Amino acid sequence: MDIYREAILDHYKHPRNFGHLDNPDVTQEEGNVTCGDKISMEIKVKNNIIEDIAFSGEGCAISQASASMLTEKVKGMRCEAVMKLTLEDIIEMLGTTLTPSRVKCATLPLEVLQKACLPAGRATYGSK
Amino acid sequence: MSSLKFNDLDFPLLKRNINGKRIVYLDSTATSLKPQAVIDKENEYYTRYSANIFRGIYTISEEATAEYEDVRDNVARFIHAFREEIIFTRNTTESINLVARAIKKSDEVVASIMEHHSNFVPWQQLAALRVWELKKDGTLNLNELEKLITRKTKLLAITALSNVLGTINPIEDIIRRVKRINPNCLVLVDAAQAAPHMPIDVRSWGADFVAFSSHKMLGPTGVGVLWGKMELLETLPPYQYGGEMIKEVHVDKTVFAKPPHKFEAGTPHIAGVIGFGAAIDYLEKLGMDNVRAHEVEITAYALKQLKQIGDITIYGPQERGGVIAFTMKGVHAHDIAQILDEDNICIRAGHHCAMPLHEYLKISATARASFYVYTTKEDIDMLISGLEKVKRLFS
Repeated sequence: MDIYREAILDHYKHPRNFGHLDNPDVTQEEGNVTCGDKISMEIKVKNNIIEDIAFSGEGCAISQASASMLTEKVKGMRCEAVMKLTLEDIIEMLGTTLTPSRVKCATLPLEVLQKACLPAGRATYGSK
Repeated sequence: MSSLKFNDLDFPLLKRNINGKRIVYLDSTATSLKPQAVIDKENEYYTRYSANIFRGIYTISEEATAEYEDVRDNVARFIHAFREEIIFTRNTTESINLVARAIKKSDEVVASIMEHHSNFVPWQQLAALRVWELKKDGTLNLNELEKLITRKTKLLAITALSNVLGTINPIEDIIRRVKRINPNCLVLVDAAQAAPHMPIDVRSWGADFVAFSSHKMLGPTGVGVLWGKMELLETLPPYQYGGEMIKEVHVDKTVFAKPPHKFEAGTPHIAGVIGFGAAIDYLEKLGMDNVRAHEVEITAYALKQLKQIGDITIYGPQERGGVIAFTMKGVHAHDIAQILDEDNICIRAGHHCAMPLHEYLKISATARASFYVYTTKEDIDMLISGLEKVKRLFS
């Protein structure tokens, strides 16, 4: 089993886009109480495109690496495209196999991000 | 070495290999493995006398009834009680809910912060709950009882052995103090972790109710026990209505059966109860003193080895039951469990149905290894080398 392949451990130990943005447009936080995983996503959106993103939180290697990789993946992406991302995309991004009990760890960051994109999408239609 | 005369060949699961490797089972606090004798006994009911109990005037029904009722004697002997005070339920949770039925929202109930959700949520939902907090070392301060127990307190819900910290609570002492403050305060002891691992005597405890489960003590799942003092069981309302729990039924009224049958509505888990009898026989043959001595030895060895790894925090006191919850610096408990699983080492990760305790300790999750009669020092060595692998991977 190569669930802990090097890229995952690297993102866990050295998370990308970790921390906080100045004046984010949306901040969204969700937890996975059973595991104790917690992910917070902050995004800046312009013309419905994710201009900048940061995450913070704590949890297992899978949830944290998934969040880190996801922030790299979606920077510059349209909110509508983010809304279309699925579990399959996350598994492909992680490049690993997941046991059933770990699926929710891997998808938590995407759930948080998609919730963040909902109001951002609406807000940016007008003023920005 | 302890004097436990134990044959690991008795446990068929220990003969199983996954990916060519044996199973190192370190999650007995969640549920125990089953010896062949228990599996055979449960099977015997289905193959030889699978009739309903208490009603058939024919040989196999009478055999089934006798086997089922014999187990009540076994359980009574095992915990030093009278047979009529032994109620078969589905599990510890149901045993506790049965008692909780008699509680009103205005009743004051005290529970410790180390309780399993099964001995916490019912009281939180059905009564006015006050929480007994811990000392730094994971034990309870008995002097706190002077403040917690009032003349209004209806019940104290307390575990005999924490399923996370391993803390062994001085139940006899606790109950003596509670009754001195308020003789009418009832005490319910959650013995789900104590009954499988050490000799227990409900009378010398002075308890009013004691709950535990078969599946944590080598028996089948789906069977629990509630023991209660007869005078209390007589006044306690039925938990469920239906067949088996009645003496006579008329169109306008029903006279309930006497305890324990008053609380055993419907066809029970006959096969499970009969299998549970074989589990108690097995434990009695080993001797509960020997079981405890074996676990003391294994636990001391595991604690010593764990401390040598470094970056490991162990929760709970030094003197404890056969359960160790720990965290490793920089590694989430789920990752520990997942990596150990590569070598078929089974441990639990999470909050172990004790979220209030984890919140109190300000930790999101712990890894937990727990032991039983079949746990060997080789199992502990496998755990330790697995943890060293985790540490290497994450360093």
